[in-house]
Amino acid sequence: MEKVIVDCSTGETTIVPLTAEEIAQREAEIAQAEQDRLAEEAEAATKAAAKQALLDKLGITQEEAALLLS
Amino acid sequence: MPATYSLIASNTLSSSASFVTFSSIPATYTDLVFRISSRNDIGGATYGDIAFRFQNDQGAFYGSTMVRGNGSAASSVRYLSVDSVVADWSQASNGATASTFGSTEIYIPSYLASINKVSSVFGVGETNATSAGIAVTAGLYTKTTAITRIDILGGGGSFVSGSSFFLYGIKNT
Repeated sequence: MEKVIVDCSTGETTIVPLTAEEIAQREAEIAQAEQDRLAEEAEAATKAAAKQALLDKLGITQEEAALLLS
Repeated sequence: MPATYSLIASNTLSSSASFVTFSSIPATYTDLVFRISSRNDIGGATYGDIAFRFQNDQGAFYGSTMVRGNGSAASSVRYLSVDSVVADWSQASNGATASTFGSTEIYIPSYLASINKVSSVFGVGETNATSAGIAVTAGLYTKTTAITRIDILGGGGSFVSGSSFFLYGIKNT
C-alpha cells in the first residue's frame, strides 16, 4: 500500500509506502466499510420484503399503493 | 462568480494509492475547491465513500451530515466525532462498470480563517447500471487552524490507477 504526496509549493509528487500503523488503520477501515455496506443491503432487503408483504396482504400492487398515496 | 479560480496542484494516479496528500497549500486564496474523478477498490459495491482530513489531524474532531440516494432509496446520515469528514456514496467503487469513475467536488471556504472549518461535498458514483449512488454532504472540522494540508482518503479502500485530483484556489477579490 502506498500514499501519494503532492507538495503544492513545488508541484513535486512523491510516492511513499504506508507505515505499519497506517496499513493497520486502512485494513480496519476497509473491514468497517464492507460491514457497513452489507448492513445497508440487509436493511434495504428487510424493508423491501416488509413492503411487499404489506402489499400482498392488502392485495394491491406498488403502483396502486402509490396512487392511493398521491 | 469568483475573481480567480486557479489550479494550485493536481495528480493523476499511475498506480493505486490509499490516500493522496496535498501539502504546503499556499495561503494566498480565500477558498479551496477539489475536483476529483475517482474510483476505489472495495468489494462488490458500485459506489463508495470518500473522506478527507485536515493537517493530518486524526483526532475525533470531524463530523458530516448528508443526504444520499441510489435510485431506489434515500436516506440522511450524520457522523459525529469521527477522524475525518466522510461523504458516503460519493465516488465509483469496485462493482461499477469497468473504467467508470465517480465525480466529486469538495468546497472549503475560508480555509485560512480562525474559525471551525466547514466544507461541502457533492459526489456521484457513476456506473452503467440501474443503481448509482449520489450524495450531498456538509462537513465540519472543529478546529480553527489555518489549513495547509489536506489528505483525501479512499473511503476504506485505495483509489485505483487513473483517479485524478485537482486542487483549485479561489480569491474573492
